[in-house]
Amino acid sequence: MLHNNKTLLCSATAIMATLLATGSAQAGETMDAVKERGQVVCGVSTGLPGFSTPDDQGNWEGIDVDVCHGVAAAVFGDASKVQFVPLNAKERFTALQSGEIDVLSRNTTWTATRDTTLGLNFTGVSFYDGQGFLVKESLGIDSAKQLDGAAFCVQSGTTTELNLADYFQAHDMSFEPVVFDTSDQTVGGFEAGRCDVLTSDTSQLNALRIKLSDPDSAKVLPEVISKEPLGPVVRQGDDQWFNAVKWTLFAMINAEEMGISSENADEMKGSEKPGIARFMGSEGNFGEAMGLPADWAYSIVSQVGNYGEVFDRNVGAGSPLNIERGLNALWTEGGIQYAPPIR
Amino acid sequence: MSKLTLNTTPVDARPAPKRSIGAIAWLRANLFQGPINSVLSLLAIWALIAGLTPLIQWAIIDADWIGTSREACSSGGACWVFISARFEQFIYGFYPSELRWRVDLTFVLFAVMIAWLALPRLPAKKLAAVLTLAVFPIVAFYLLHGGLFGMPTVPTHRWGGLMLTLVLAVVGIVAALPIGIVLALGRQSKMPIVKSISVVFIEFWRGVPLITVLFMASVMLPLFVPTEVDMDKLVRALIGITLFQSAYMAEVVRGGLQAIPKGQEEAAAALGMGYWKRMGLIVLPQALKMMIPGIVNTFIALFKDTSLVLIIGLFDLLAIVQAALADADWLGYSIEGYVFVAFVFWIFCFGMSRYSQYLERKLHTGH
Repeated sequence: MLHNNKTLLCSATAIMATLLATGSAQAGETMDAVKERGQVVCGVSTGLPGFSTPDDQGNWEGIDVDVCHGVAAAVFGDASKVQFVPLNAKERFTALQSGEIDVLSRNTTWTATRDTTLGLNFTGVSFYDGQGFLVKESLGIDSAKQLDGAAFCVQSGTTTELNLADYFQAHDMSFEPVVFDTSDQTVGGFEAGRCDVLTSDTSQLNALRIKLSDPDSAKVLPEVISKEPLGPVVRQGDDQWFNAVKWTLFAMINAEEMGISSENADEMKGSEKPGIARFMGSEGNFGEAMGLPADWAYSIVSQVGNYGEVFDRNVGAGSPLNIERGLNALWTEGGIQYAPPIR
Repeated sequence: MSKLTLNTTPVDARPAPKRSIGAIAWLRANLFQGPINSVLSLLAIWALIAGLTPLIQWAIIDADWIGTSREACSSGGACWVFISARFEQFIYGFYPSELRWRVDLTFVLFAVMIAWLALPRLPAKKLAAVLTLAVFPIVAFYLLHGGLFGMPTVPTHRWGGLMLTLVLAVVGIVAALPIGIVLALGRQSKMPIVKSISVVFIEFWRGVPLITVLFMASVMLPLFVPTEVDMDKLVRALIGITLFQSAYMAEVVRGGLQAIPKGQEEAAAALGMGYWKRMGLIVLPQALKMMIPGIVNTFIALFKDTSLVLIIGLFDLLAIVQAALADADWLGYSIEGYVFVAFVFWIFCFGMSRYSQYLERKLHTGH
């Protein structure tokens, strides 16, 4: 049911988007509007652990939120110049198409349909997600291949169930889905023994695990059965703004690779090394073509941090979620996070 | 000869038999009247004890009340620390903390106006009504939103929590009642255009679910208007809620109008009263008095319906608690969050319901 609504809505918004997208965004338009407003308006999730949640003081935090802070730092040299617009999954694309927001940074999976039919452009991947499994430690299972015939707790209205069916058909195994409406109910069902395995995106499995009364009684299996690259999205047709958002993310990843962090950014600003000097803007002016100041990348790293810092702080070892870097490690460290060089 | 003595002082009345007074009698009359009732009573008492004991154990005895982080919650019961740590956020949303006095002042003003209107002892009701309906909304808007006398502006996307719930409910209630009355009168009108417009309006808004209205207002409307027209999301939602509720209100009021005997209006017409005098002085006062339960019922439903705005990304009380539940530092305390929301909603709805009962008694509507 939910799924049907979504398809209907998607096609409706797609038609509308094509009508609107023709000639709506012109190069430089968004950047000018943002600068005039003095704020980046950024669409985030209404609440997803590690990606965007309000803290006790009402400040938004999370990976998606930090991407927005990074864009603000690049444009204004001040990471705090962001207005966050919390959005639901259903209204996120319209909010971007209608110009209500400048960037959509809301754990949105990059797919062909979304990239090509909605009048939007994905700027990169801020988090490589994928569907994984949480099993009870007591079952003694260490691979998804051993799950033939198991009962799975899944949340309704998501692609999770479809991925599950694909995976089990491909491996010639059977499974029994137990569908719940919300993540709380899914965890409740798993805890009560309604199913053997809980399946969801790996970014959320750890959050769900914390909700168990005894988190140590369950573990995440190593297999990831789907590709869910999540990243920031902008309107199609405004290449300058597209570049600015894209290179904000690249700057964070490059910074980690070069060993520049929020702690040593000031120190390294005076560095003579050509790569670092280019990054800091003391050699060449790579921001100009994007309409950004010369020290745009320095502002991002000194105020928001490099990709590794952002990851650790929000979802990694420095957060209660404690998600492993895995695919999100740098390409030099066994992952696939890779950014083109700044030169 | 035996003497007959006549005792004129009356004998003290003997106490009634123990079995017909006091607690025992009450128990016998109400709980243990016959075998079936006795069994049912015992079952009910058992169910109450079985249900309430763990609840009290969880919510009060084992609960953690003091602290600032989840480390304080170690005793295994309810973790009310989650609520207290986030209490201000649940009340004010993302309203800047140094400006929260403005919200407080608005709440206090609102409470004073309501008390003035509601308590029969206080004088000058007409003045109070005018102030509440005409002056208070403007004052409240500038207090909450700012922008006058150098008060910093707080855009509506920073509003949230209980404050937003109350804004939605109060605006919906205050605006829907007059529109509803006009629509109800329009539907009864003999003028064909007025009548058909009213009928179409009412039937259209009653025919769509509120969630659809909100969704249209939030998702579809921005696509139809040019990008320069930036209509506030909260305003869009408020218009949707008001139009939706006014249609329901119109039907409640129409029910009241139809219950007034035709003779009343005819008598008023015979006295030479025009349409507005007949309605304003004779028909509506009687009809509205009779409609109190229905109107309050609609208000309560509206108050609870406001939480639907969470689907369009407005942070009312329920939505802000849900967002707080997603904070990695507080994962796993959803029961406490939802219990708190339910309790707050119950207080407001129960309050409205009691006031309507009091009004009914006061106005003697039981003809």
